[in-house]
Amino acid sequence: MANKKWPEDWQDVTPGCIVFEPGSASQYHTGSWRAQKPIWDNTKCIKCGVCYIYCPEGCIIEREDGFFEANLDYCKGCGICAHECWPLAIKMVEEG
Amino acid sequence: MGIRKGMEIALAAAEAVALCRPDVVAAYPITPNTHIPEHLSDIVAEGRLDAEFICVESEHSALSACMGASGAGARVFTATSSQGLLYMAEIMSIASSMRLPVVMALGNRALSGPLNIWNDHSDIMSQRDTGWISLFAAHGQEVIDMMIQAFKIAENRDVMLPINVNLDGFQLTHVVEVMDFPTQEEVDEFLPVYKPFASLHPDHPCSMGTLGLPEIYSEATRAREAAVVNSKKTILKVWDEWEKRFGRKYEPIQSYKMKGAEIAMLTMGSMGETAEVAIDALREKGVPIGLLKLVLWRPFPYEELKKAVKGVKSLIVMDRCVSFGGPGGPVASEIRSALYNEAGCPDITNYIFGLGGRDVAVEDFIKMIDQVRLADKKRPKEHYEFYGVRGE
Repeated sequence: MANKKWPEDWQDVTPGCIVFEPGSASQYHTGSWRAQKPIWDNTKCIKCGVCYIYCPEGCIIEREDGFFEANLDYCKGCGICAHECWPLAIKMVEEG
Repeated sequence: MGIRKGMEIALAAAEAVALCRPDVVAAYPITPNTHIPEHLSDIVAEGRLDAEFICVESEHSALSACMGASGAGARVFTATSSQGLLYMAEIMSIASSMRLPVVMALGNRALSGPLNIWNDHSDIMSQRDTGWISLFAAHGQEVIDMMIQAFKIAENRDVMLPINVNLDGFQLTHVVEVMDFPTQEEVDEFLPVYKPFASLHPDHPCSMGTLGLPEIYSEATRAREAAVVNSKKTILKVWDEWEKRFGRKYEPIQSYKMKGAEIAMLTMGSMGETAEVAIDALREKGVPIGLLKLVLWRPFPYEELKKAVKGVKSLIVMDRCVSFGGPGGPVASEIRSALYNEAGCPDITNYIFGLGGRDVAVEDFIKMIDQVRLADKKRPKEHYEFYGVRGE
């Protein structure tokens, strides 16, 4: 495994658990914690970017067409984007 | 050759630390260790030591500043006592978990309350399980030597752990002794410039103090335990080198008149000096008694202890700390547990004494030893006994 998530054994733990690979936290997909996911209704979205600004995970991206979507590898389903979206374009739906 | 001079031990500790050329000293004054950082700040102000002396607003900040500096690759030092150590408690375990070689002088003092500034070992015992190496000095010379040894042990690549050098408050910190000071050249030769395993530098990015989820916390803790246990090898090597260079021998347990001893007393810290005099007096009367001075508290020297008590029928363990509602003082509990499965395990008596600066004289040691050796064997024995407390 090139990028294994955890050291196999305790002997493989680096001294002080120091991480030498910058940005390696991105290998940990926190999206697995999610119970609900945000769904955008782009007929209501006015492309204001409030969801993008408020997302605490920084996982909402602006697409080329100016609409927004969440990277579900990291979205924890907190619902802040839906709460802040004043045109009510975002709905939180249960994960199947 | 070193320089022999008389000095207050706290000042001597500061001089010894200065010889180690720390880059950063962060400490907050608290009796009885105050003279150590105070004198170091003088040394920095006089220009004798090129170090950053950080006047922090608390002990919590002192240890945090040391860790930050250590993470950036600096050689660091701090000192504290009692409540100050408890204020560091939140950070203590993080320092060892991050494997940062912070060196601390701990002027042992009783914990409040009632508020008390004098000596016992309740401060360090409360922080026993934080993954630090712990050494106990019996007199001024050991304080100087251990301060210098501490940097070499802590910074060794096979160790990379914080270390506290325990010196009894007042009994050691405020006492003037004649001591041998190594020269700057000798210390420079003994203690190389610190080269950190990793440091916070933009050219070599790394993350320290990361989150450990349940999937990794157990492995990380097991690895830290292994590091503490394995540090003994390096400690012994450093002591061996120290003896070769400076002629003074250090061992995890120092034996005094143990040849043919059937009774042994085990002490930690400065009380060992007083106990030696008591042992001398009893030996002169023909009592087969010896003294064991526990120098290395963490990692605990199991093998050395087992070897030291071979042939001993009765072992008297002295504790300057209470484990309220527990099975005895912390030292005795560990000694009992360490020897439990040993064939011929000596009968163990535990005295709790010398709390909060209560003076213990030579006669007190003799009285305690006599109580044990002349005791009515039929009388049921308590797990531990307080000595020198008024009231039945």
